[in-house]
Amino acid sequence: MKSLYVGRSQAVAARMMGGEIVVISPEDSGLFTLNPVASCIWNSADGDTTLEQIVREKVCAEFEVPFDAALEDAAAFVTEGSEHGILLVSEQPLPHNPQTVLPTPETNL
Amino acid sequence: MSLMDEVTSRALSLGIPFSLHLDVTYRCNERCVHCYLDHDDHGEMTTDEIKRVLHQAASAGTLILTLSGGEPFLRKDFFEILAYARALMFSVKIKTNGLLIGAEQARSLRELHVSEIQVSIYSHRPEVHDGITKVRGSLKRSLTAIRFLRDQGLTTVIACPLMRANISDYPEVQALAAELGVAFTMDPTITPKIDGDHSIVQHRLLQSQIAEVFQDATLVGDVHEFCKPAGPTTDDLLDSVPCSAGHTSVYVSPYGEVYPCVQFPVNCGNVRELALGEIWYRSERMNQVRSIRVKDLHTCSGCDHLSGCTRCPGLAYMEGDMRGPSSADCEKSQIKAGLAQVSPEMPMSQPKLVQIQALQ
Repeated sequence: MKSLYVGRSQAVAARMMGGEIVVISPEDSGLFTLNPVASCIWNSADGDTTLEQIVREKVCAEFEVPFDAALEDAAAFVTEGSEHGILLVSEQPLPHNPQTVLPTPETNL
Repeated sequence: MSLMDEVTSRALSLGIPFSLHLDVTYRCNERCVHCYLDHDDHGEMTTDEIKRVLHQAASAGTLILTLSGGEPFLRKDFFEILAYARALMFSVKIKTNGLLIGAEQARSLRELHVSEIQVSIYSHRPEVHDGITKVRGSLKRSLTAIRFLRDQGLTTVIACPLMRANISDYPEVQALAAELGVAFTMDPTITPKIDGDHSIVQHRLLQSQIAEVFQDATLVGDVHEFCKPAGPTTDDLLDSVPCSAGHTSVYVSPYGEVYPCVQFPVNCGNVRELALGEIWYRSERMNQVRSIRVKDLHTCSGCDHLSGCTRCPGLAYMEGDMRGPSSADCEKSQIKAGLAQVSPEMPMSQPKLVQIQALQ
């Protein structure tokens, strides 16, 4: 598998909610909720980090999953995300995007 | 349940102010006859103050941001505010009259990936639209703006508040929206002024006109379904919250005042003194609003129309009791169900109480 660089689309709206990230695509107002693993990939997708790096350094470290299986799932996620316009995928580094989704307070009223 | 409903439900359970309506100014370049605002500037928040509010809202979990006014484009720093909001990854909707939107502004809005822009159009006839806005040439300018927005591929909506002066024109405004390739929405709600003055409710539709609107399938969809009598009152309904105000949505005025909703002017604090999250979570008034369940509505909880009613707590509050009924919504519910005696000459009711009272 070639190294893939993954970046968040700057067109989207996104927010952390209860440990998961909610993303709105401006193209079709599509709404997506990302599970904790997908949220981890999303927040690490700064454009100039490869998917392998993200999986090895973030996903495997945080979720204690085997690298190969995690990479396969991650590749499927970023492919789907790029089809919906919420992620950018390239074989070349993308412009660095330092934004990350702010964590929200765990306050139950 | 749609995914958006699920997300909103999750926001409710987590206590997150999922949507923020921020009026960046009350100044306006139109003088609409039905407007509920005082257009003088009484000390608007600075650019930095607004940026601070936006950062606090993002930190509290707000995703949907509505920027409105007054006319928001009157602020010279509006695009700076907008860019800051987008950098914080808000989904931004804008409500405007469009008078200050040209090709360049439309392009900038596209580049900032604004999710929706709503432009008010009252009639297809200049004499009616301009008569309501009191600005000659405003219809032509607003329609020009809509074309610029549409040409940029932005999601654009024509909003048509309905009142006596334009009730006969909305079908043509609908047709105009279709011709322009933009969405159309209408609202027959005319609210009292934010300071409690009820004089503008004279513009509300007559009962017979409301009935006609509710019988128009192009507006309400399946008329039979829309107008069917309310179903039984269930325990789930009685335990539910009356509306999203103060539960998943919040309002901030140009002066930093925090209300549960723009139509629910209970002053819960000021972001110039306390952080938005602090007001949202700790304000005694916000928590009082938040504590109300449908079963606590002393008149409505026993009403046969309860399950089909769109009672606005803010309108009830402006009538004097946030736990009481909103008489305008009572009448709408009765008309909708075909149960009211519709008199062609009878206006929608005007509340006797005009002052905004302290919380009970």
